[in-house]
Amino acid sequence: MTTLAAPPTAFGRETFDAYVERLVEPAWVTERRQAAFDSYTELHGVELDPEEFKRVDLRILRPEKFALQTDASESAGFETRMQQARFAGHVAHVDGHCVRSELSEELAAKGVLFGDLATLLREHGDVLEPHLMTRGVRPETDRFSAWHAAYFTGGTVLYVPRGVVVKEALHSLIAHATDGVADFCHTLVVLEQGAEAVLLEETASANDDLAGLHVGAVELLLAPESRLRYVQLQNWNEKSFHFAHQSGRVEKDARLQWTVGGIGGKLAHVHQNVELDGRGADAEVNGVTFAIDKQKLSYFTQQTHHSPDTRSDLLYKEVLRDKARVVWRGMIKVDADAQRTDGFQRCDGLILSDDARADSVPGLEIEADDVRCTHAATAGRVDEEEIFYCTSRGLSEYEAMHMIVEGYFHEVYDRIAPSKRIAGWDDECDTPGDPLEVVRDTLSAAVLEKLDLGD
Amino acid sequence: MPSKLTIKDLHVSVGETPILRGVDLEMNQGEVHALMGPNGSGKSTLAYAIAGHPKYTVDGGSILLDGEDVLEMEPSDRARAGLFLAFQYPVTIPGVKVHDFLRHAISNVRNPDRKEGEELISMREFRKELRDRMSEQRIEPEFARRYLNDGFSGGEKKRMEILQLAMLKPKFAFLDETDSGLDTDAVNFVSESVRRLSTENEMGVLIITHHDRLLQYNVPSITHVMLGGRIVETGGAELAQELHTAGYEKIRERHPEAAVEQAEQEQVAGV
Ligand SMILES: Nc1ncnc2c1ncn2[C@@H]1O[C@H](COP(=O)(O)OP(=O)(O)OP(=O)(O)O)[C@@H](O)[C@H]1O
Ligand SMILES: [Mg+2]
Repeated sequence: MTTLAAPPTAFGRETFDAYVERLVEPAWVTERRQAAFDSYTELHGVELDPEEFKRVDLRILRPEKFALQTDASESAGFETRMQQARFAGHVAHVDGHCVRSELSEELAAKGVLFGDLATLLREHGDVLEPHLMTRGVRPETDRFSAWHAAYFTGGTVLYVPRGVVVKEALHSLIAHATDGVADFCHTLVVLEQGAEAVLLEETASANDDLAGLHVGAVELLLAPESRLRYVQLQNWNEKSFHFAHQSGRVEKDARLQWTVGGIGGKLAHVHQNVELDGRGADAEVNGVTFAIDKQKLSYFTQQTHHSPDTRSDLLYKEVLRDKARVVWRGMIKVDADAQRTDGFQRCDGLILSDDARADSVPGLEIEADDVRCTHAATAGRVDEEEIFYCTSRGLSEYEAMHMIVEGYFHEVYDRIAPSKRIAGWDDECDTPGDPLEVVRDTLSAAVLEKLDLGD
Repeated sequence: MPSKLTIKDLHVSVGETPILRGVDLEMNQGEVHALMGPNGSGKSTLAYAIAGHPKYTVDGGSILLDGEDVLEMEPSDRARAGLFLAFQYPVTIPGVKVHDFLRHAISNVRNPDRKEGEELISMREFRKELRDRMSEQRIEPEFARRYLNDGFSGGEKKRMEILQLAMLKPKFAFLDETDSGLDTDAVNFVSESVRRLSTENEMGVLIITHHDRLLQYNVPSITHVMLGGRIVETGGAELAQELHTAGYEKIRERHPEAAVEQAEQEQVAGV
């Protein structure tokens, strides 16, 4: 396995000291960075968990090709499809630096904090201190979490006070605009008791050619009875590397709906961890990936039930073609006293060409005796009968394929934004659609584009 | 001028197994034909071969539509040329909505040169038409937003095939046991629909069936009887009647050679 004695020089002691020197942030943050850097150094002597990394080819990652950027690139104009929707606030980072931070006055007046981590650490450090990398993503987990915790370069923070319900969606963009950029953006969402919010986050590259490295972390911390819908759509170009530790903690009677999209990336590895901490906690986890060419996407998901009467339901849908490879390793863990747990996980792979490969490995570790846990993994080709049925009605093969692949994702779309209206079909009505409809649109545009490319 | 479909000496196999062993059939637009025969005799195979199913290999013979070589056409082009197969077992396509599917189908069939990505027929026009056809077919409007055949009952799937027939208005329709799986009222209703659609649109209809109701509403001018992959007898409406009451015993006796082949086919299939 991959073990090194020391961190790569590009991110070694000298770089770290110089970086920390430049930052203006509270002392406790710098102290945490220092501790994380020590872990980062030590962890290079420790083998990565083979269960998690066995099928992830880290040899193609060359850290020395990437570096922190001192400012946001000039060419920082991003117009993503998602941004066309209406949001109550935006935060955007380019090359690890905040370029946009807006929140509707109405929400700000209610005490909602939504902005970039660097600024909010200075202005509201006391609010963030108990949450930042203490309960969600822990720096010492492995060398990627430590790397991130030492170097994090700002990021997006959403804090919703007790009982405040935010119906409009908020938007976060993490972008790369410079070849060789390394960014360590962090996403921290804290919902206090009974709070509600919707956050749509996406990643993007300014063009198809720049190579970028993202070592990120996502923390979703849900106090009792709160509700969060969170989407992260990974949409880098195919030259980029994406590593992320993502953690959701769901307390008593809180509900998390969490969707990850994997569209871009040369190599991506996501460690997604959802923990049902309090009785009655509920988490729905959705994944949609479409990998083409030589893309390698890997997901390591854990659903951990710590309390009784909790539910978790994971559904990943993958489409692959060309020489793409997608790995999913899933685990449901149930603690001894987490009785009456409902735990589900399913991963489906749809394979469009002979050389594409999907590996799906579900797993269960159950210590309680009164639980309902199921897992499933399927992989298959597009059914020839479905194609024929479509073509026998006049659809071209490409049209048929497009419809079937889109249809394949619909099970997830229907979970995240059950569309009641059909554009043009239903009589126009004034009620705005679900904010997550924009996610469907973005994914569906990506499907079209991906089917068009290559052979 | 009414179109003409001509099938000559058609040989079709699935994998290594020959199924059709020389089928001849001629149909004009506006005519109703019945195709009967025992289970496994090759009726669906003929229908699939006409529609161009890739699993059914044509080893010999020809299918011409007004002199044009149908066998040279992709399935999609056959549909655009005016051929329609109502499936014995309609396929479920999860995640694909009925209205979206039909809008694409209609756009291509009405504008055979349309390339993918080019404009679809206008939503307004399409919406009105689909709603009208659905109400004529007594199909709840909600079905337009459901996924194609997903969770449909057996009967609902067959009704959906007829709805598609009504929307696509082909020159020739091949109805493969459209009457099976329907309750008595539905059989009557669908039989009447087929009669109306075929006269209104001057369709040629080939009805594959094991029952008599559909043929009472749509009296065939010609009845073909298939046995062992061949059409062994051709007659009028009375032949269909006779088969409904007397079965295929006499047919087998009159065509011992085909009966042997039929028996072999049945053995392979374990009928
Ligand atoms: N895709 C297939 N794979 C293997 N065998 C097939 C296939 N399709 C047809 N056959 C075989 O070809 C023969 C004819 O089948 P076909 O479906 O055409 O019969 P049919 O006349 O439509 O019967 P039924 O009245 O039961 O619908 C059968 O022996 C069947 O098993
Ligand atoms: Mg049949």
